[in-house]
Amino acid sequence: MGMTISQKILAAHADREFVEAGELLNCKLDIILGNDVTAPVAISEFNKLGLDRVFEQDSIVLVPDHFTPNKDIKSAEQCKIVREFAKTYGISNYFEIGQMGIEHCLLPEKGLVGPGDLIIGADSHTCTYGALGAFATGVGSTDMAAAMATGEAWFKVPESIKFIYYGKTPRWVGGKDFILHAIGDIGVDGARYMSMEFTGEAISALSMDNRFSMANMAIEAGGKNGIIAADEITLAYIKDRVRRPYKIYHSDNDAVYARTIEYDVSAMEPVVAFPHLPENTRPVSQAGDVVIDQVVIGSCTNGRIEDLEAAASILKGHKVHAEIRVIILPGTQAIYLEALRRGFIETFIEAGAVVSTPTCGPCLGGHMGILAKGEKALATTNRNFVGRMGHPGSEVYLCNPAVAAASAIKGRITAPWEV
Amino acid sequence: MKFIGKVYKFGSNIDTDAIIPARYLNTFDPQELACHCMEDADPEFASKVKPGDIIVADKNFGCGSSREHAPIAIKGAGVSCVIADSFARIFYRNAINIGLPILESPEAVNAIQEGDELEVELESGQIRNLRTGETYQATPFPVFMQGIIAQGGLIEYVREKSRQ
Repeated sequence: MGMTISQKILAAHADREFVEAGELLNCKLDIILGNDVTAPVAISEFNKLGLDRVFEQDSIVLVPDHFTPNKDIKSAEQCKIVREFAKTYGISNYFEIGQMGIEHCLLPEKGLVGPGDLIIGADSHTCTYGALGAFATGVGSTDMAAAMATGEAWFKVPESIKFIYYGKTPRWVGGKDFILHAIGDIGVDGARYMSMEFTGEAISALSMDNRFSMANMAIEAGGKNGIIAADEITLAYIKDRVRRPYKIYHSDNDAVYARTIEYDVSAMEPVVAFPHLPENTRPVSQAGDVVIDQVVIGSCTNGRIEDLEAAASILKGHKVHAEIRVIILPGTQAIYLEALRRGFIETFIEAGAVVSTPTCGPCLGGHMGILAKGEKALATTNRNFVGRMGHPGSEVYLCNPAVAAASAIKGRITAPWEV
Repeated sequence: MKFIGKVYKFGSNIDTDAIIPARYLNTFDPQELACHCMEDADPEFASKVKPGDIIVADKNFGCGSSREHAPIAIKGAGVSCVIADSFARIFYRNAINIGLPILESPEAVNAIQEGDELEVELESGQIRNLRTGETYQATPFPVFMQGIIAQGGLIEYVREKSRQ
């Protein structure tokens, strides 16, 4: 019996030749991640252990990105805990304001994660790095604390669902639509505890930025991880970035899957997820007349350069609707700078959008664009739960950057081909 | 461990934003978080709940973010245990890691009503409905996790392990 890519990576990190789904393993970790919301809790737990050192300084990554630049005094105190911990324990991968970005945009960009890695992060969207052919999964703060002490974590080997995307991808459709389509199909717990493996010709043709958007949202189907085997596109991305040794794994032909699901993308449209679950999906042409108050383009799902490029290509020469607030958040400083050099920032500002520093900000209702009661936002983010972007009586609709930009011009949910 | 408490019942897919909204994540003080526990699912919950009370919910409880603040808020509010049809993966792990007892039992969730009084025996996974006299069986914890629970949480478990 063969193994899936996820089984192989877990087995390799537990010094095992073969592992079966359902087995519990203790694994050695390559990277341990935390942010300004989750790391303070982890640090408080770590301190209870009374250790004078972390397991390995270079394998810990700390990124204050959720409520930064500090939105209030309490957030400033939380960031201070992280900053001081990094200094005391000599954590080299601490990213201060000015160098930081949204963690899941930043780590791949800095080459801190690569194919074959085993990564845990105290943030549910840690699954993003599966786009590089790594096994990456979100955990809580206590798991992060224990991992900082031991360099290890326990895992239950997940069963896998294989998603095969075939056909030629239409214009304006991308990774965000592929994953929303799957979530709409299987539901928000359709891959609970499981690995989501994405394959097929449409995935092979997908750019890295689009692959990150896909793997990022595996958690929204309850997935433990989302994974795409590394190929030439991956290698071109990690070249000059990843400096550690990495290893490329592929699923065996006789690997066992809990399910195999196939999608023909050739007739797929951009997808919109309606409140209040990511599974409430509709093709954009069937969205109906939804008038919106705010558009958010950014986040760990869609804050990368191709996302900004798609938005700029639509907004160029247009003005955003007079009654809409448009907030654009480049994922990292490097993405911001590239967007500036390529004229996207100028396009956004001329169109009447605001451009923020990199932050998770509005995506989780933290700051930089909170909604009032009854307001509706269309966002390229990942969750549309009740109260996610502000008041419990507000609504969030999810979509790709092209749909967000087109809707910003029209003031209601709009397909990109309508502008 | 045995708990007796009154049931507060919730539906499917109660996400961690509903358990503890992100607007309160600028602190991790359990008492402060407890004041906003379940706020976006039931704004009255934090003021109604009494020590020992039990949350019963449908499938996929705790989906969404990895915030450990969610089980911390529930534990801080005095809730003795959570019984659900199923739990989201990260929440399940976090609850065990911080020592919040959780039990999976679709059978119990179907039968139990809001306001029922339950007697829960954690080791055996047996749930008794004191209103109806019915008993339900929950899935007992895997042996691996029993070790963590026996030590009172993952940090205590790691501490014990490093002592050995």
